[in-house]
Amino acid sequence: MSGKDWQPSATIETLKRRAQLLADVRRFFAEREVMEVDTPVLSQAAPTATYLDSFKTYYQPPGSQALPYYLQTSPEFAMKRLLAAGSGDIYQIARVFRNGESGRLHNPEFTMLEWYRPALDYYGLMQEVDDLLQQLASLPAAVKMPYHLAFQQYLQIDIEQADTAMLRQTALTAISHLPADWQTDYNGWLEMLMSELIEPELSQLGRPVIIYDFPASQAQLAKVYTNSEGISVSARFEVYAGGLELANGYDECLDAAELRSRFEADNRHRIEQDKPPMPIDERLLAAIEQGLPPCSGVALGLDRLLLLMADKTALKNVLSFGFEHS
Amino acid sequence: MASYSTNEFKSGLKFMLDGDPCSIIENEFVKPGKGQAFNRVKFRNLKTGRVNERTFKSGDTVEGADVIEIDLEYSYNDGEFWHFMDPNTFEQYAADENAIAESKDWLKEQYTYTVTLWNGSPLLVSPPNFVNLAVVETDPGVRGDTSSGGGKPATLETGAVVRVPLFIEIGEVLKVDTRTSTYVERAKD
Repeated sequence: MSGKDWQPSATIETLKRRAQLLADVRRFFAEREVMEVDTPVLSQAAPTATYLDSFKTYYQPPGSQALPYYLQTSPEFAMKRLLAAGSGDIYQIARVFRNGESGRLHNPEFTMLEWYRPALDYYGLMQEVDDLLQQLASLPAAVKMPYHLAFQQYLQIDIEQADTAMLRQTALTAISHLPADWQTDYNGWLEMLMSELIEPELSQLGRPVIIYDFPASQAQLAKVYTNSEGISVSARFEVYAGGLELANGYDECLDAAELRSRFEADNRHRIEQDKPPMPIDERLLAAIEQGLPPCSGVALGLDRLLLLMADKTALKNVLSFGFEHS
Repeated sequence: MASYSTNEFKSGLKFMLDGDPCSIIENEFVKPGKGQAFNRVKFRNLKTGRVNERTFKSGDTVEGADVIEIDLEYSYNDGEFWHFMDPNTFEQYAADENAIAESKDWLKEQYTYTVTLWNGSPLLVSPPNFVNLAVVETDPGVRGDTSSGGGKPATLETGAVVRVPLFIEIGEVLKVDTRTSTYVERAKD
């Protein structure tokens, strides 16, 4: 241990801004009559998404077999159970955990602001995210752009027509640092084009950008619907600002059977990738079966927002103690 | 040689890529949307000196490169090779033209240089940030002019040409910044 190893990775001044941001968030939602909740960090079930890895731990009842528990990767499932029980509009400032995600812009534990609004539709919620960024972080108003338009505008690709081979060809031609033997699937190529070619263009706009109507194949827990141009898309949006991916929102899928089949497909994909399948959250599905009110929800990385506001370059500079010094 | 996984990538790590030894400058963990993570790595190819970027799947491994950096004293040039010596062991190393390309203008006998060795042979010779060198040729000095404006070219004992203030004379020893090839000040004795 070097002599300074014990010290915080953020300055005290930045920690004051952090405290102010948390207070501002609470005031923002209090004014809009959204209730603050907190839900368990440890859960018996876990999300199945292929590229989301939960930390696993064990509860040891004295004298009997240890029980596996997972640290939440987001408070989504528990919050949806509250919604199904009639909570109405709710938000949470949650500590969440993602295994294997560590880097300049990733900390394996981080703070997520997640909220659900039965009172708002998908577009209303996008506007609320925009309002929050303007009011709390003094960011300029966001540009809103459908996913397929971003591909058309920046890459001249019609994603309705593009197959895996064509996406691969575009990526290998345009991304010089991608090795020629890179392998991934249809969604993997879309994500690669998005993060390496489109996102840098978006950050040039000098204002937040909300990309919405993601491909149906990237619906996750969002509703799939046919948009005004007759394209089948997912009601999902992502917010980008200052070169960062800041938030991810859905018009929530209310169909328990549909969700069960997505979770099972995720688990099959996990097994193909040599990853353990995850225990499906039966309590979530039971709650949705019983009736989740139509609602939209969004999760926003608060540490990243603070990173933008404080004009820092690494996430650890807005955390009291980054992962390597925790 | 050890192999390294992307989670061990950090600046300064030496690894083999397409047969060449490379050194990581910057490693960025990227996770697009909820998709598969990868590492975008900026590195210097130590053989060519070129800076490049490459994407690795998170969890991929690379082979380490047997590359070390040591301080050696420059001895002489025999017309083909530039010879360096370890002042502690007196071991000799011969560097070729490629290896000394970056420091060719700054090589002076008995001065110490950082030499990158790959499998025991000099790959790259880096000059110190500052060197003191004598002026061997320049226009006559202008008496009384100590302002920093203007200037004139001066040839140094290693062959390098830098711009210097008008008052500098032949024979004076100057402190020079090798990174920018610029005059800093008269060397202090």
